[in-house]
Amino acid sequence: MVIGKQKAVFINEMRDLLEHQRLAVLSTHDQGVPHASLVAFCAGEDLTWIAFATLRSTRKYSNLKAEPRAALLIDSRTNRESDFRTARALTAKGCVEEAGEGDLLRIIPLYLSKHPQLEDFVKSPSCALMVMRVESYDLVERFQNVMEVCVTP
Amino acid sequence: MRWIVPLDEIKDEDLPRVGGKCIALFQLARRGFNVPAACCVPVTAYDHYIDGCGLRERILMELSRKDLKEMRWEEIWDASLRIRNLFLRGPAIGEVFPEIRAFLEDRFPETPVVVRSSSPEEDSRESSFAGIHESFVNVRGVDSIERHVKLVWASLWSDSAILYRQELHLDPALSAMAVIVQELIQGERSGVVFSRSPNRSHEGVLEAVYGLNQGLVDGVVQPDRWVFDRETLRVVSHSPAPRDHFLTVNPEGVRTAPAPPRMKRWPPLKKKEVCRLASLSLKSEKVFGMPQDMEWTIAMGRLWILQSRPITSIGGTDDRDKRRWYLSLKRSFENLKQLRNRIESELIPGMIADAVKLGDVNLEHLNDRQLCEEIFRRSDVEKKWAAVYWEEFIPFAHGMRLFGQVYNDVMRPDDPYEFVALLAGSSLESVRRNEMLEAMASMVRQDEGLRRKLTMGRHLDAGEAFLRLIDGFIGEFGDLSCPVTGAVQCDQGPEALVRMVLELAEGPSPSKRIPQRDVEQLEEAFLSRFPGERRREAVELLDLARASYRLRDDDNIHLGRIEARKLAAVSEANRRINRKGRLDVPPDLQERLAAFLAADGELSTLRSHGNGGVPGERLQLKPRQLVGQPAGPGICRGAARVIRETADLVRFKKGEVLVCDAVDPNMTFVVPLASGIVERRGGMLIHGAIIAREYGLPCVTGVPDVIRWVCTGDSLTVDGYLGIVTVGAAHSS
Repeated sequence: MVIGKQKAVFINEMRDLLEHQRLAVLSTHDQGVPHASLVAFCAGEDLTWIAFATLRSTRKYSNLKAEPRAALLIDSRTNRESDFRTARALTAKGCVEEAGEGDLLRIIPLYLSKHPQLEDFVKSPSCALMVMRVESYDLVERFQNVMEVCVTP
Repeated sequence: MRWIVPLDEIKDEDLPRVGGKCIALFQLARRGFNVPAACCVPVTAYDHYIDGCGLRERILMELSRKDLKEMRWEEIWDASLRIRNLFLRGPAIGEVFPEIRAFLEDRFPETPVVVRSSSPEEDSRESSFAGIHESFVNVRGVDSIERHVKLVWASLWSDSAILYRQELHLDPALSAMAVIVQELIQGERSGVVFSRSPNRSHEGVLEAVYGLNQGLVDGVVQPDRWVFDRETLRVVSHSPAPRDHFLTVNPEGVRTAPAPPRMKRWPPLKKKEVCRLASLSLKSEKVFGMPQDMEWTIAMGRLWILQSRPITSIGGTDDRDKRRWYLSLKRSFENLKQLRNRIESELIPGMIADAVKLGDVNLEHLNDRQLCEEIFRRSDVEKKWAAVYWEEFIPFAHGMRLFGQVYNDVMRPDDPYEFVALLAGSSLESVRRNEMLEAMASMVRQDEGLRRKLTMGRHLDAGEAFLRLIDGFIGEFGDLSCPVTGAVQCDQGPEALVRMVLELAEGPSPSKRIPQRDVEQLEEAFLSRFPGERRREAVELLDLARASYRLRDDDNIHLGRIEARKLAAVSEANRRINRKGRLDVPPDLQERLAAFLAADGELSTLRSHGNGGVPGERLQLKPRQLVGQPAGPGICRGAARVIRETADLVRFKKGEVLVCDAVDPNMTFVVPLASGIVERRGGMLIHGAIIAREYGLPCVTGVPDVIRWVCTGDSLTVDGYLGIVTVGAAHSS
């Protein structure tokens, strides 16, 4: 089953990006005014959610409160020419909400195992842990090859 | 940094900078061997050039459109041709390296030279690149030398070099090339001496021809061959060659010439000379500490050593050495002419005869055992011709490519595939068939009554003129309901054909193709670059390229017919098995047949597997943008029609995008209806790409597994400029 094998390859590539990249570009908007920001993230093993932390005073936080739909871009660029053929980019799209009690207990240890230096930041009362429930991913590789992966609820 | 270094200034430690061939020449010269004056454009110049012009990344991007291992040889050809064009159109050497130009003007202002490759990877103990990279003999004038240096650089990326390097697991990103510019010695007799025979370690082998050595190296001139004893230098045997022609110089480049009677009568070397060369080869073996393959020439009685390289551990007659096949992809004009002759006079008639002979056997009259044996017999015939296909037909396809290279060299077009317009033409059977279809469609467009009758299924009332066309078409091309190849068992009447004609008549007459006038102008523009006698050679080359294109189509059809014969026997066996459970044959035959049918069954399962969507736990994969290679410029949007079986073809609707595994020449009657073509098989010189260009359709080839990912009805955008297929509407993601 060629397709089955390819699916496994794509999913491994996605997992690899989500595990090894530290930062993602978060894209939000405020009544049509776009905004992009870097966030430190971690992702669920089943690839259905991605979490990041932000201060409640930030523009991204207020944007997400008003419009939870957002996109996250995670990529393996190295700022070299070879990026055009070797870099991969994963765009995750979905709705973002602040983590509830249960999520906090489950996600914070994962988040801190990836970003231990952010312990003070993430545990500060002024900081919110946000979780994107991913609806779909676009995986781009070899410059133009794009696969869409839909996440069923 | 020095961009050009004379041979006598090279040092032992310069190997990574000047390559194996150059260092060997330097070492021979230092030990008193007589070698021609030479200089080296080192690897650093190559690196500087490709970095400065941004070529490095462009080359690597060409080669990373998809995994190199997944690229078919035709796709590698194409990438290689595009890369070659990048070098041709890049800045002149003199612009980037004034020092090189000044040096060449000083040393070789009018002296004819040989421009040779000297890659650091080549000619090592482990790998021999002999013949893989280019050498150009009899290059005159600084402009021409500079241009040929770039062509040698480009040969680092020739199809055979890419494939061979892949075989050796060498990283393309690390490949580089030095170039030797060496005074041409116009030898009267030349050859190669192997200090040790690949087969018998106590013997050596010497080959010699009249004229230039390139004739022997390229396989155009057959050599006399001597075997000598390494101990005594005594000649053990001599095998004379026909000596009917030899290679000599043109004003620029080389040509074969008929041999005068004295050459036919006398071998190129006397016994004493054989001994001397044998002795020199052993001396060279001592210099390098391993057996050598040494090229030499004799001019005005003086012996020159042109190059020497190790006989590699995988060289010679070792079956594991795939270099021979890769080299067979790179043929000279003379060689291709001989091959054409053999294909036209021997192989194609042989294939037709075999297909006819197989078809003469009435399968229904065979008992089970005979049927079983017939399946194996047909399978053997198919295997035999499949081997011929690889050994002879594929290398002959190089005729198109050789023409393309010459065209690009003289025309330097923006589009490296401009030359394709000169290959396609009305002589193609598939084009003629489409013209017959269009004649019928045209009648329907002009006659509303006829359209009504045909729509109502009353084609028998369609009038004599139309029926004559229908009958003529079916007589020649079948009724379009048959399997693509074979076409022996279906006789369903003209309904499918009529449906296709009605569909064609729905739209205006296709504005087809590259107007003949433009083709003629292009042809004349090309031929006018060759003055005098050279024009005749250019005409011959174009003729060869056209034959190469036509024969590549024909061989597919003929091979398909043989495959169809085998499949007919297999389906007869399947029919009997379905009817009575098993064939009445001895157990060993039963077992062999089961294995055979299982292998065949697996193939069809793979091919018939359709949808790209797969069940997963919570993740569903679907394509959004698929990358292939741009094979026909233009952009279109339309619903996909995925061709998995013949019946899909006759359902084709105007404006749909033809999506298939590989466009077969017999499939192209739907092309006038299509808005674009997408196929899994890659290449610019494959049938789908050429027919798309003829009809001015956007075309993307080489899209991996496209018929698995795309379903009939999917909305597709085909970008034939960039080779990208987008699945779904623009707003859908």
